Amino acid sequence: MKFGIAKLSSYRRHRFAAPALLLVALLGVGSTFSVASALTASKAETQSAMSTQVSEGKQIFERGCSSCHGLNAEGSKIAPALIGVGAASVDFQVGTGRMPMADMSQQAMRKPPVYNAEQSAALAAYVASLAPGPASVNEAAITWQRDGNTAQGGELFRTNCAMCHNFAGQGGALSQGKYAPTLMGVEAKYIYEAMITGPQSMPIFNDKTISPAEKLSIIKWLKAAQSEPSLGGASLGRTGPVTEGLLAWVLGLGILIGIAVWLASKAR
Amino acid sequence: MSNEISKFQDPGLPAHQHRKSDTDPKAEKRAEQQVAILFLISAGGTVLSIASYIFIKPGKFVFLPIMGDVDAHQLFLGLGMAIALLFIGFGAVQWARRLMPDEEVVAERHEFRSEEVDRKDFVNTVKERAGVAGLGRRTLIKRSLGLALGLSALTPLVLLRDLGPLPKKQLNKNSWEAGTRLVTDPGDRPLRPEDLEVGSVAQVLPALKNGEERTLENIGTDAVLLIRLRPEDFQLNPERLSWTHDGIIAFSKICSHMGCAVALYEQQTKHLLCPCHQSTFDVTRAAKVIFGPAARPLPQLAITLDEQGYLVAKQGFTEPIGPSFWERSS
Amino acid sequence: MKKSEKIAGNVANYVDERTGAAKWLKKNLTKVFPDHWSFMLGEVALYSFIILLLTGTFLTFWFDPSMREVVYNGGYQPLSNVKMSAAYASSLHISFDVRGGLLMRQIHHWAALIFMAAMIAHLMRVFFTGAFRKPREANWLIGVGLVTLGIVEGFLGYSLPDDLLSGTGLRIAEAILQAIPVAGSYLAFFAFGGAFPGHVFIPRIYTVHILLLPGIFLALITVHLMLVWYQKHTQYPGPGRTEKNVVGYPLMPVYMAKAGGFFFIVFGVTAFLGAVASINPIWLYGPYTPGQISAGSQPDFYMGWLDGLVRMSPPLETHAFGHTISWNILIPGLIVPGILFTGMALYPFIESWMTGDKREHHLLDRPRNNPNRTALGAMSIAFMLVILINGGNDLIATHFYLTINQIMWFTRIGVFVVPPIVFIITKRLCLALQRKDREIVLHGRETGRLVMLPHGEFIEVHEELSAEKKYTLTQHEQPRALEVPDTDGRGVRNPQGIKGKLRARMSQAHVEQVSAPSESEAKALESGHH
Repeated sequence: MKFGIAKLSSYRRHRFAAPALLLVALLGVGSTFSVASALTASKAETQSAMSTQVSEGKQIFERGCSSCHGLNAEGSKIAPALIGVGAASVDFQVGTGRMPMADMSQQAMRKPPVYNAEQSAALAAYVASLAPGPASVNEAAITWQRDGNTAQGGELFRTNCAMCHNFAGQGGALSQGKYAPTLMGVEAKYIYEAMITGPQSMPIFNDKTISPAEKLSIIKWLKAAQSEPSLGGASLGRTGPVTEGLLAWVLGLGILIGIAVWLASKAR
Repeated sequence: MSNEISKFQDPGLPAHQHRKSDTDPKAEKRAEQQVAILFLISAGGTVLSIASYIFIKPGKFVFLPIMGDVDAHQLFLGLGMAIALLFIGFGAVQWARRLMPDEEVVAERHEFRSEEVDRKDFVNTVKERAGVAGLGRRTLIKRSLGLALGLSALTPLVLLRDLGPLPKKQLNKNSWEAGTRLVTDPGDRPLRPEDLEVGSVAQVLPALKNGEERTLENIGTDAVLLIRLRPEDFQLNPERLSWTHDGIIAFSKICSHMGCAVALYEQQTKHLLCPCHQSTFDVTRAAKVIFGPAARPLPQLAITLDEQGYLVAKQGFTEPIGPSFWERSS
Repeated sequence: MKKSEKIAGNVANYVDERTGAAKWLKKNLTKVFPDHWSFMLGEVALYSFIILLLTGTFLTFWFDPSMREVVYNGGYQPLSNVKMSAAYASSLHISFDVRGGLLMRQIHHWAALIFMAAMIAHLMRVFFTGAFRKPREANWLIGVGLVTLGIVEGFLGYSLPDDLLSGTGLRIAEAILQAIPVAGSYLAFFAFGGAFPGHVFIPRIYTVHILLLPGIFLALITVHLMLVWYQKHTQYPGPGRTEKNVVGYPLMPVYMAKAGGFFFIVFGVTAFLGAVASINPIWLYGPYTPGQISAGSQPDFYMGWLDGLVRMSPPLETHAFGHTISWNILIPGLIVPGILFTGMALYPFIESWMTGDKREHHLLDRPRNNPNRTALGAMSIAFMLVILINGGNDLIATHFYLTINQIMWFTRIGVFVVPPIVFIITKRLCLALQRKDREIVLHGRETGRLVMLPHGEFIEVHEELSAEKKYTLTQHEQPRALEVPDTDGRGVRNPQGIKGKLRARMSQAHVEQVSAPSESEAKALESGHH
């Protein structure tokens, strides 16, 4: 053995060694690839479709995203790296129109999406191809109508979400002009994706800390809160006592002072 | 000085001007009818209110612009009541304005100060009565009475003692101790480091021991926020760094300022914000206060892994949880 | 004689033979009350208090002030099977399972907000018109007491349902108690029966909220009204109105009808609000647990300024000799409010000391005619508004695209800068208004009518004011500054020293006025014209 290695290593410096090795390596890769593709002949087409989707996504990325996120999604001073964020993140950010950002404000706002569903999927596929991450979620898979428990969702929401998004999911202020957006009218799949990817200021809620079933419960509660009619009259934005106080002064005392002026006026 | 004297003179009350309803019988009749109509509208309001109580089932919604879907039972019950009350008021006021005499009346005021004679008499009476009682002389009685009265006020104070237990060391206590598992709130599931990826948070509580129940008082001292960052993001001293595990750091969720739950974690800036008074804490620097009224960082909980690989407390908190108090030493 | 008259006569006879009420009533049924809209503000407060008693009693029939844990099984589905306190569960029961219960809860809460707002507005009216002056200082003190107790009563009231928001408020209240030096943790443990939140606090504050404080309110309001009755109401200056009389409408029937009618109007307005506008939707807040919180946790407006003050406080804490003093809680939570309310209570005495004015006053000041007082009042309101803005900074931030940090810094600086600026501007404004008064008294009102004189000159016609108006605008006093000599007649330095100087300076500032025009001035002008 000792001899063999010594012998082999002596060939390493032969002038044909490098091209020969390259040849062997190429042959090896080629043959394994052909074997693999032969074995999974049915998958080949989808794979090539996938790779075209990836390359399509790469093109969109280079045109629309790379100026901030870097040519290879490695990130820059002004934008985070996207390697490993997964398709879910792209689906959320691009699908809700947050990306590409319109300006360099503190926080990307929800707006009409720039890319259509197909382009968005291509982008997601490209980013997912860089490194594994959470896969994007199919709206149909978020079966909150069927599964989930409203009351449990409420409890989870109050423990994990209400501190930023307010007790009724109306959103709230964060530091330095950042804010937690309202959750009213947000599609179930984007709520779900936000929980698993932690967009912008929002942290990630892993499936072990809030299980997928519990996430459905949260969505179920949010949808219940959204469709809840105004049980006590006009809801005043569901933001707590500030609007109530304003109304008490302006409408309550305002009306009463108006009536008092009439009451103390002389009739003619 | 002469200017002072010639101020504009008070022309006296302006002459009374008659209202239409004072002079014109037709106008008077109209006013009367108007008042009656107001009262009748009120009666209609009561009917509406009672009818909606009886006939509209709670949970029946009607759509109104601006307000959205409104519970018809509650809305019409209230509107009926409002109409009933408001129009009694409008009617009464209108009655007074249109039909009752509107001539202003003058009443004289009198100085409150009593006549000099009466004041003197009063002082004399008090003096004389006090003399009869010997108030001026009997200092022993006065002092002992003062003592007795003063002391008697103590009894009610002493009786309030049993309002609550003495604080003793209670404010320093919480349920965390070495080896306590961190479990999710709600759900009570233990966590492994790999359950948390970088950028994630978990609201956790100490695992319950057998037969124990979790009270609100426990949650008030035990609630903890678990955050995972990249280990290189930390700017901690070696001791505090050893309290973390592979980028996972744990802080008391109870604000060091006034005890609200601090759980607004901003993943990008790695700041924690308290929604009550907006104290901001920097997670990478052991929850150092970077904005707002809080004076102390959030207490950090030292964590490690147990044999099964679950996250546990390495030791209990090294300082009291929550807002400051007099006996707190740091 | 009609039958009804006969019955009434019999009743009156029965009562009078036992009480001698006829004599007193005869005199008082024609008691005169001046009429002005601003005199109704106190009535709004009084009537909303009665509404609070009525609706509050209704709520007690179902409310269970207990912190015992129950599992909810009522009409509000999203909370089914959730563990909560009996207090919260019964509040939900009132809201969803008692017909009209939610309406009553909402009327109760709206009436509470209007009660506080009306008391504050009434207090401002009394302040700006100088109605607190002798002989009404005692009533001012009672009023300040009522506002203070109102804040406490309101806070306890919205803490009772034990929802997430109110529990957060209690947590903060406990922290303030706990921060009191030496006795703090004892006070907190006695109040809460042990560690926060404990099991006794809600039943305890329930007793205070529905029995103790309403009782004190009733007593104070009774004295307040008796004093108003006995001392007779103040009146605005005008022709025929003097310090020696009171001009207005007799109690029976005009004032009775108006005041009685106004009670129904106040009740009607609160019922209207209760019917159309949701307030304190506790079912959305969820039950209280110390581990949860909502973004934008704020108190009701009458506590909001306190919250804003706490928010803007610098992070100061002293640790020495094994003890901690939390200045960041004590200063904004106790010391500053203590100074504010003490100052407010003592103001009538301070003003009378400053001016040396010990006379009775029954004629009100027009706010412009006392620029210093008006400016001081405006300054206090500005202070309150600045800190109130900070109390809602998170909502303001999200609604107006600002940052909470900006608003915090704006108010931190503004709380020192804005009130003095408001003081100066208000004082200037008052003096300008006085000048305007002087102008129109001497030169008449500009009619906007242009007339061409025969020689081609255009002039604007000025209309002379009526004698009544002239009198109203010029009747106010022109007080002189108090003279506090440095030395007495024999050259000995005034023993009051700095105090005396301060008093002289304050008095000087207080009397700053534009001199009111006199009739002789007007005459002189007139003769000049011709």
